[in-house]
Amino acid sequence: MDGSGVRLDVAFEVNGRAVAAQVEPRTTLLDFLRDRLHLTGTKKGCNEGACGTCTVLVDGKRMNSCLTLAIQCAGRAVTTIEGIGSEGALHPVQQAFIDHDAFQCGYCTPGQILSAIACIEEGHATDPDTVREWMSGNLCRCSAYPQITAAVLDAAAAVRS
Amino acid sequence: MRDFNYAPAHSVEEAFAADGADTMAIAGGTEILNWFRLGIAAPGRLIDIGRIEGLDTIERDGDALTIGALATLNQIGAHQLVQDHARVLAQACLAAASPQVRNRATIGGNVLQKTRCAYFRAEAPLPWGCNKRDSGTGCAAFDGLNDRHAIFGWTEDCVAVQPSDPAVALTALDAEVEIAGPAGKRNIAATELHLTQADAAAEGLDPARAETRLAPGEVITGYRLPIRPAARSAYVKVRERASYEYALVSAAAVIELSGDAIRRVALALGSVAQKPWRLAEAEQRLVGLPPTRDAVLPVLKQCFGEARPLEHNGYKVAMAAGAAARAIVEAAR
Repeated sequence: MDGSGVRLDVAFEVNGRAVAAQVEPRTTLLDFLRDRLHLTGTKKGCNEGACGTCTVLVDGKRMNSCLTLAIQCAGRAVTTIEGIGSEGALHPVQQAFIDHDAFQCGYCTPGQILSAIACIEEGHATDPDTVREWMSGNLCRCSAYPQITAAVLDAAAAVRS
Repeated sequence: MRDFNYAPAHSVEEAFAADGADTMAIAGGTEILNWFRLGIAAPGRLIDIGRIEGLDTIERDGDALTIGALATLNQIGAHQLVQDHARVLAQACLAAASPQVRNRATIGGNVLQKTRCAYFRAEAPLPWGCNKRDSGTGCAAFDGLNDRHAIFGWTEDCVAVQPSDPAVALTALDAEVEIAGPAGKRNIAATELHLTQADAAAEGLDPARAETRLAPGEVITGYRLPIRPAARSAYVKVRERASYEYALVSAAAVIELSGDAIRRVALALGSVAQKPWRLAEAEQRLVGLPPTRDAVLPVLKQCFGEARPLEHNGYKVAMAAGAAARAIVEAAR
């Protein structure tokens, strides 16, 4: 059997907005977000689930969008970096990353921030060791790890208060 | 990646069409999407079993804990019933991959992942031989760098190991794997799910490519774990960084104590063979000893007579004995 030329309808929500499209079944959520919706805040790093820079929230849970097919998101609600704050009203995690200088090149930052939001929501932002373990799926090749850990802990306190 | 057709399954029966060749089942997809990218598999059709109702439950059923195949690794790791009755499995699930991968990866698919051998996991066409990718081309790892490879059960056809963490815990827990397929339902012991290369050869199967006893069209629907009220357990994963890394070796221990002495122990090792490796001889000889490193390590070291290290992985023998000792000590704690 051959799947070439097949296009399937899919409908889901991205950042609170309904999205309906025809996709090749092999299209990943990552490529769909970037190439079809032009939401290029979500970055493509390794494209094999090893770096975490493509992390988004699906129904509130953090997932690698490179390991998710767009067609598998039917009926789900996807949140990307474009959906969590705005220039005048940053999300507390975004503000904490600025306050702690938690990036250099910034390429991993969208994934770090989505992952941190989930990490805090899961209750794993309790102490530096726990944050390092539960943020280990997001690599930072500039090695801003101490600042990222501090930012996540600070944001957790801000979110709780 | 080859283009493919896609259909969601609404029942387990709809998954039986997945023969593992031109039609494959997908759930979390964290493993097989990478197979497609590398050319390890190139099906024309996917059946998405990820939304079948009722397959992600974790429940107590009398003297057993039942876990549906679609339960994610994070879901299992966080579940109170698992932490209470099968702590080793909760620990193994949370030691696997990363938080975001564990939100997609299911316990049904996890045990069916393939080796991390770098000669196997490269983009097609391969510039070297790999019998697991292309039968009859040889095994580059047998003659090449094999520090991450098997010390038990390998043949010259293939020296790969199975990297799953949960599979090691399930084996030590004497779990049963619940399987459904075109010929009906059956259960097999977790210990019997995977094949070493030598097992496959002995059964007349392709030693490099046959990795499990699943028949085409069969799917894992769940696991049944016996609850032993007095048992305590622990998982130890030794790796080159503290998190988000595959094991060099790992060990799962499930022990019961009588006073200060071991009354019963089940031990399984990971990343030393193409299946979780039960240390049957050690399980006999450790009975009656206190669960301390000084008591168990000398005995464990004597129980690796079957080990056949390759050129670069002799360290795994000592490391596996040490990991098993640590797992016993941590289980007793």
